[in-house]
Amino acid sequence: MAIESAAIEVVPAAPAPAKVWSTKKNFGDTIYKWVLTIAAFSVLLIIAGTIYELTMGSRQSISYFGLKFFTSSDWNPTKQIFGALPFILGTLYSSVWALVIAIPIGLFTAIFLSEISPRWIERPVSFMVELLAAIPSVVYGLWGLFVLQPWMVKYIEGPFSQGPLAKLPIFGDTPNGYDMLSASVILAIMVLPYITAVSRDILKAIPRTVREASYALGATRWETIKGVVLPYGRAGIIGAVMLGFGRALGETMAVTMVIGNAPVFKTDLFSSGYTLASVIANELAEASGLYRSALIEIGLSLFIITLIVNAGAKLLIFYTAQDLNARGGKA
Amino acid sequence: MTLERNSTLLRPSARSRFRRSLSALMAGLAAAAALIAVIALILVLIYILVGGMSAMSLSVFTEGPVPMGNPGGGLRNGIIGTLILMAVASIIGLPIGILGGVYQLETNTTFSRTLRFFTDVMNSIPSIVMGLFAYLIVVLPAAEISPGHAFSAFAGGVALGFLMIPTVMRTTEEILRLVPVTLRDASLALGASQWRTTLSVILPAARGGIVTGILLALARIAGETAPLLFTAFGNLNFNMRLDHPIDALPLNIYNYATSPYDNLHHLALAAAIILLIIILVLSLASRYATRGHSAE
Repeated sequence: MAIESAAIEVVPAAPAPAKVWSTKKNFGDTIYKWVLTIAAFSVLLIIAGTIYELTMGSRQSISYFGLKFFTSSDWNPTKQIFGALPFILGTLYSSVWALVIAIPIGLFTAIFLSEISPRWIERPVSFMVELLAAIPSVVYGLWGLFVLQPWMVKYIEGPFSQGPLAKLPIFGDTPNGYDMLSASVILAIMVLPYITAVSRDILKAIPRTVREASYALGATRWETIKGVVLPYGRAGIIGAVMLGFGRALGETMAVTMVIGNAPVFKTDLFSSGYTLASVIANELAEASGLYRSALIEIGLSLFIITLIVNAGAKLLIFYTAQDLNARGGKA
Repeated sequence: MTLERNSTLLRPSARSRFRRSLSALMAGLAAAAALIAVIALILVLIYILVGGMSAMSLSVFTEGPVPMGNPGGGLRNGIIGTLILMAVASIIGLPIGILGGVYQLETNTTFSRTLRFFTDVMNSIPSIVMGLFAYLIVVLPAAEISPGHAFSAFAGGVALGFLMIPTVMRTTEEILRLVPVTLRDASLALGASQWRTTLSVILPAARGGIVTGILLALARIAGETAPLLFTAFGNLNFNMRLDHPIDALPLNIYNYATSPYDNLHHLALAAAIILLIIILVLSLASRYATRGHSAE
C-alpha cells in the first residue's frame, strides 16, 4: 500500500496503441493537446530547473573552492571554510552499512514471500513489510531518538566496546548511541521495504517452468533457489538493492536525529558523523552568502549521486523485467 | 514387483539427507528474515501507539504551541498547517500529475517513453533536494522582494506539490490504460472531440483509480519533513496566510523530539500518532477507492 507503484513498477506498462493526434481542425483539441503537452513538459522543466537552480546557487562556492570542495575535510562556517568530504563519505558509509544489514534480511524475506510461504502468510507479511515504507522518516527519527539510541548503547555498543571485538577499528570509539551504527540500523529498516518488495516482484516474475525443470533434475528447494531462481533474477535484484541505496543516500530526518551531526568522518561505527542531507537540513535555514552557497553545492552533489544510482537501478530493473517478459514470465 | 520399505534404493543417502536439511534450514532462515522485518514494524508502531495514546488529550487539538520550557501546549497550529500545506500541494501537483498522465495515454512516441523514465527519475529525487529547489525559486526571491518575508506556507506547498507529481502521473496513466479502448472509440465515433472524450468518458470511467493515486501521493507527502525545514519553516503563532511561515505536524515532531523537555517529547509522540493516523486513513481510503472502481 505504501510503496508507490512507480517505485516497484517491475513490468513495463504495455505499449499504447499508436495514437495519432487528431488531424481534424478542432480548436478545443488544439488547446487540449497544448495543455497536456505543457503538463508533461513540466516534469522535464522541474528536473532541468532543479539542476539549473542548484548550479546557479552554488556558483559562488564552486568558483571559490573549486575541486578542493570535495577533497577538503574542513567545515568551519565561522572561518568561512567549507569542505564537503566528511559529508560525502558519511553519506556513502552509513548507506553502505545500511545495505549490509538490509540486503540479507530483505533478500531472504523476498525469497520467503515468493518461494516458501503459503499465500495466507504471504499477503499479511507483504502488507506489513510495505507498511514500513509508509512510516515517515521523522517518525523513525523519533523512535531512533527515544528507543534505538539508548537500546544500542545498552545492549550492542556497550558489550561490544568491552569485548574482544573492541580492537577492531570499527568498534573502537566510546559508545554514545548518536553514531554511524544507529544511523545505519535506522536506514536499514527504512530501505528494507524497497529491497524486499522489488526483489519479491522480480522473483515472482520468473517463469514457473524454470523452477520445475530444476525440481525435475532432483534439486531441493534451496538448490533451486540458489542455483536457478536467484541467478535468473540477478540483474533485477541488484537493481532493487541500488534502489534501496538511492533511498538511503537521500534520507534526511531519521539520520539527522541519530547520527550525531559531527562534521568529521571516521570509519569507526561508534563515532558520530554527518551526511549531505543532514547538513542541509540542519544548517540551511540560518545560512547566507558563501555558507549558503556551499550548502547548495552539497545539495547539488547529493542530487547527482542519487541521480546516477537511481538511473542505474531503474535501468537494471527495467531490462530484467523486459527480459523476463520476453521469456514468457508472468508477474 | 514392489520395492520393500527399507530397500537401499528408497533409503536416503547421507548426502541426500544433508541436502534436504540444508534446504529446510535455509527455508527457516528465510522465515526468520521475514519475522525480523515484521518485528521491526511492530516495535516502531507499538512504541508510537502506546506513547502517543498516553500523550493524547483534548488540549493537544485545541491549544497552540508554548515557548520551549513552559508546560502544556498543543498541536492545533501543526494540524491545521499540515492540512493547508497538503491543500496547496494538491493545487500545484494534481493538475500537472493528472494531465501528464493523460498525455502519456494519448501519445506513444519516443518522447513520451523518455518522459516516463524521467518521471521515475523525478520520483527518486530526495525530498530534501526538492525542498532546496523550492527554497531557491520561492524563498530566496521572496526574501529579495521583501526582507523578513523569506519562508512561507506557499514555498512549502510548492516543494510538496512537486513531490506529488510523479506518483499521481504514474497511477493516472496506469489506471487510464485499463479503460477499454472500445469506450473511447465509441465516443469518438459519435463525433465527440478528443478533449470531450477524455473529460466525459475516460476520466469518469477511471475516477476511482485516479482518486487512489491522489490519496497515495497525499499519504506520501503528509509526513515529509526535510523539505519543510527551510520553506514552511514552522511558526509559533497561529497562521493561515500563505505568504507567512506555517507550522506543520512533521516539523513539530522534529523540533519537539530533539528538544530537552519532557512535555514536548509527549507532544512529539502525540503528533506522530496523529500523522500516522492521517497517513493510514489516506492509504486505506485509497484501497477503498480502487475497490469501488473495480466493482463498477
